[in-house]
Amino acid sequence: MIHNDMTVRFAALSQNESFARAAAGAFASQLDPSVGELADIKTAVSEAVTNAIVHGYRGISGGYVSLRVTLEKEEVLIEVTDEGRGIENVEEARKPFFTTAPGEERSGMGFTVMEAFMDQVEVISSPGKGTAVRMKKRLEGGTR
Amino acid sequence: MQVLCRRSGEMILVRLEGELDHHTAQKVRQTLEDAIRDPSVRQMTMDLSGLTFMDSSGIGVLLGRYKTLASRGGWLKVEKARPEIERIMRMAGLFSVLRRG
Repeated sequence: MIHNDMTVRFAALSQNESFARAAAGAFASQLDPSVGELADIKTAVSEAVTNAIVHGYRGISGGYVSLRVTLEKEEVLIEVTDEGRGIENVEEARKPFFTTAPGEERSGMGFTVMEAFMDQVEVISSPGKGTAVRMKKRLEGGTR
Repeated sequence: MQVLCRRSGEMILVRLEGELDHHTAQKVRQTLEDAIRDPSVRQMTMDLSGLTFMDSSGIGVLLGRYKTLASRGGWLKVEKARPEIERIMRMAGLFSVLRRG
């Protein structure tokens, strides 16, 4: 598999969550992932995009989320970027059950799920400037 | 996302069809809340065979309904989940409080 990548940019609306994970899954399918690996990728994308919409753009309308998926040999790299509020304390935000929306029955498990389903998760954020979540997954079930 | 509910005595039988994420969670939550509004409802069995996707938004939906039923001395049972959905439920520790069919 040669290097390949794609980027989509969409409005930060919850109805675009399913579009984002479907787009990432369809693109990553070029590497012939197993059913489980594909589910992991779609779930991790869904968590990152939901975080951008729910937390990144809380109280902000008209925002956009970018999703970049890069295929490199047997690895899938995913970057989800928003230009929203940013995260004050990334270490705290990554802890299980942490949420900025306790009244909305959010589980606070978003980053925990991303970390469990992907091999690497990196969060780059600055308050007022937005957040980028970079994730990497090495595929074992793909054709080379 | 479809939520089909049927009452049988103190129990509500639910079938979820589609994808449960942050976008669809509000509708699912409201439909399930309406189904258990009557305090004589104490148990819920959820057939998840038609659920094709669930992320952590679904964890909150399930835990919220569990808390309501547990406060009445009841329970919430999930059955026929796909392996990837079982995995996220197991990871979140849901099976320490939910019953499995």
